[in-house]
Amino acid sequence: MRYAMVIDTLKCVGCSDCVVACQTENDVPIGYCRDWVVEAVAGKYPLVEIELRSERCNHCSNAPCVRCCPTGASHIVEGGIVLVTANECIGCGACIESCPYDARYTHPEGYVDKCTFCYHRVKKGELPACVSVCPTKCMYFGDLDDESSEVSELLKKRKHKVLAPEAGTKPNVYYLI
Amino acid sequence: MLTRRKFIKISALSAAALSFGAGSLSLLAKANKDPYALKKFSRFPTYCEVCFWKCAGWTHVDESGKITKIIGNEIDTHSNGRFCPRGTGGVGMYHDTDRLRVPLIRVKKGEEQTFREATWEEALDLIASKMKHIKEKYGSESFALLKHGSPGKHMEHLFKAYGSDTIGEPAYAQCRGPRETAFSTTFGEWVGSPEPTDIRDTKCLVLIGSHIGENMHNGQVQEMSDAIDNKATIIVVDPRLSTAASKANFWLPIKPATDLALLLAWIHVIIEEELYDKKYVEQYGHGFDDLKVHVQNMTPEWAYGITTIKPDIIRKTAREMGHASPAVIVHPGRHVVWYGDDTQRGRAVAILNGLLGSWGRRGGFFFPEGLSIPKYPHPKYPKPNWSWETLAEKYPLAEMGITNEIIRSSIPGEAQEGHLVKAWMVAGTNLIKSIPNKRLIEDAMNAIEFMVVVDTMPSDIAGYADVVLPECTYLERYDGIRSASHRHPSIALRMPAVKPKYETQPAWWMAKQLGERLGLHDYFNYKDFEEVLDWQLKQIGSSLDEMKKIGVKNFDRKEGNLYLAEGEIFEFNTNTGKIEFYSTELEAKGFDPMPKYTPHPQPPQGFFRLNYGRAPMHTFSRTVNNPNLHDLMDENVLWLNPKAGKILDIKDTQYVWLKNQDGILSTFPIKVRLTERIRWDSVYMVHGFGQTNKSMSKTYGKGAADTEMITNIMTDPIMGGTGMRGNFVMLLSENPHKTDTKNKKVI
Ligand code: SF4
Ligand code: SF4
Ligand code: SF4
Repeated sequence: MRYAMVIDTLKCVGCSDCVVACQTENDVPIGYCRDWVVEAVAGKYPLVEIELRSERCNHCSNAPCVRCCPTGASHIVEGGIVLVTANECIGCGACIESCPYDARYTHPEGYVDKCTFCYHRVKKGELPACVSVCPTKCMYFGDLDDESSEVSELLKKRKHKVLAPEAGTKPNVYYLI
Repeated sequence: MLTRRKFIKISALSAAALSFGAGSLSLLAKANKDPYALKKFSRFPTYCEVCFWKCAGWTHVDESGKITKIIGNEIDTHSNGRFCPRGTGGVGMYHDTDRLRVPLIRVKKGEEQTFREATWEEALDLIASKMKHIKEKYGSESFALLKHGSPGKHMEHLFKAYGSDTIGEPAYAQCRGPRETAFSTTFGEWVGSPEPTDIRDTKCLVLIGSHIGENMHNGQVQEMSDAIDNKATIIVVDPRLSTAASKANFWLPIKPATDLALLLAWIHVIIEEELYDKKYVEQYGHGFDDLKVHVQNMTPEWAYGITTIKPDIIRKTAREMGHASPAVIVHPGRHVVWYGDDTQRGRAVAILNGLLGSWGRRGGFFFPEGLSIPKYPHPKYPKPNWSWETLAEKYPLAEMGITNEIIRSSIPGEAQEGHLVKAWMVAGTNLIKSIPNKRLIEDAMNAIEFMVVVDTMPSDIAGYADVVLPECTYLERYDGIRSASHRHPSIALRMPAVKPKYETQPAWWMAKQLGERLGLHDYFNYKDFEEVLDWQLKQIGSSLDEMKKIGVKNFDRKEGNLYLAEGEIFEFNTNTGKIEFYSTELEAKGFDPMPKYTPHPQPPQGFFRLNYGRAPMHTFSRTVNNPNLHDLMDENVLWLNPKAGKILDIKDTQYVWLKNQDGILSTFPIKVRLTERIRWDSVYMVHGFGQTNKSMSKTYGKGAADTEMITNIMTDPIMGGTGMRGNFVMLLSENPHKTDTKNKKVI
């Protein structure tokens, strides 16, 4: 099983509902976030284009943060979800440095925190909070090892990309473009 | 300027009270947490009050009694189980430590004016005695209610029982009024809210300055996304590359203030190339031949010179609409008070829809149906001698109270003989930010004898009140049943998930308390609001108990179909019973029966047109201090084209002050965002920032207020809308105020 998120940039309106839903679902303190929205602008008026993207931990198959964690707090569980065990984390920040996506932050309580793909919900068969709240329904979540899953189908049909492929991290968050 | 009614900062009081909030906060922080633990929740039905869309959902409360999250109700037609960022962040409204906590009463000691904390008894007694006094001395009509949302509804009942229908809300003359008049003079119906636009099934969606996606009207945003999935053609007319424009197949970067010329040219092409729905127009239309003659010379070439949109693009987009007909929506927009000829622009939009046959058709506009909820029994309201209608007389097609006319009527010398307003209650609306021309409001507030503000937050307007009543948030109270008009009728319940924090109270309770003090017991003949709701729900075959469990109840349609059947005999609610391309009503009232283009002023040398709009994470000025939403966007920025930035030597992220055509300066500076998304002749900012009340500790002084810069009002002579897009600003790099910005005076 390989969990992945597929996000349709053609539908995302950059509303940041995914950010606030994550905050309230996962008790992320005010002033911090596990996901965020990027607006990339290209061209000159009036030939301008923008891309809106909701970003988060990519749950990389080749995760530098897990490799460099000295205590094993950063680890990978079923479905390829990258997690941090809070009480094993010493807050050294090595993983924060190693992540090419800047997806991790130090929680005010001293441990490193980041997107969990809402493991607590996914375990129960629910969708991640951000996916289930998105008003444009532009986010999809599922198993890429399953050929017939919605995410697999979308990647077969639609043009897509991942972020910073050159880093060789094999990210599992895909963007439809 | 020394004003009689001084603005009082509520900060001193909340600072004392803050220790209370901080104490409970540190308790929460200490709670040890396991991020993967499954929490146990209880959930309570509600419908959202963060904007007017009223999405129904569930408030989740954890074992410790803390509100943690709000999630949409899956069977709700307004949200389809998905709240927007503001609704999801609604929890912040409850947790905000800057909330109003206790009733406040203004006290004057010589020149000094301050608020003192008061008990509810004192505050309510004082208001009731003032209401009696105004009634005896001037008549109840002289006590006006300016309101919005659910608290406004409870107070409306009180005011009508008391004998005043001097009632208005900014949602009309400062927002969607013109489109309602435009559609009712054309189709005999208001557009209404939520808009009955069949976006999910449309083949072509046309947005004119309507930025769905930045305005987060939930159902609209959701369905626009469906339309993208369905490969509908999206055409967006906007001088700015809005989010919607970035998704569009056609973006028409129009010269600001010229939209009506484009609309008329589209009508011209659609008639000329016979792209209209012939059977529909013949069966339902009135005045088609007049219209044809009227637009004869309004060619795309004519419009090109005005709008800067190329004739071939005008033709191409008109053909897209024609080919999609009748599954096409030329969207009526929502905040449409722009240039004072807004009803006429709305008419052009309505006429286009009429020609394309989209009213009452799949993929166009459906016929919404709602359930009418019986009113809890009470005696008839007394008939006032004059009302909002009297004050709006000079606008023959005004269909609701014109807020700014009520405000004007509070100034002796401006008011009509015998119709002077002497006191206000302001409930659930921050007038300072919603009404343009702050000077007028200040003059009015100085002239009136008494003013009550009902709010959850120490908004700008609260600082001017004689009595401030702290309302609890929507998560802590019952309110009226939400009866939705949509593809099918539905109802939703709002119930408290927790007890009101601090000493706050729901507005229904305040209204009842005041009513009883005024001897209006018969109008408030119930113990509490649960009794009202249960009675009402039982009349329509449900009950409070049932609704507490399900939150939302959907009903089948009873009054006809969603769409017109082929050739169906149908009478429109207009004078002729037809869709009026030629408006007999406007003609009878002395207005142009068909829309004409009139040029509007363009910015003078050195000035930019001020455009303003919405951000998806904020509603008006009411969410800017909400901790969750403030986190997403903590100040507004001024969009400026890099070319213009270069000429003015203004850099990205630099702060500037604004000065408008009337020499009005912005109180606070605003950060510049250089972006190619905007034309070089205009600037853009999100509405709602630039709060002047220090007690809004998170947002105070952040960003600038567009309303402050809007002093040139172009009034719609038909319905009284206040056109606000004819204001021009200059950018100042140096602080024009003598004092340090941090210590700037707020008056
Ligand atoms: S909630 Fe959806 S539409 Fe909004 S920013 Fe996130 S991904 Fe985009
Ligand atoms: S998957 Fe869960 S933890 Fe990750 S960004 Fe979405 S809501 Fe947050
Ligand atoms: S659109 Fe958003 S803010 Fe408005 S009622 Fe719905 S959830 Fe609340």
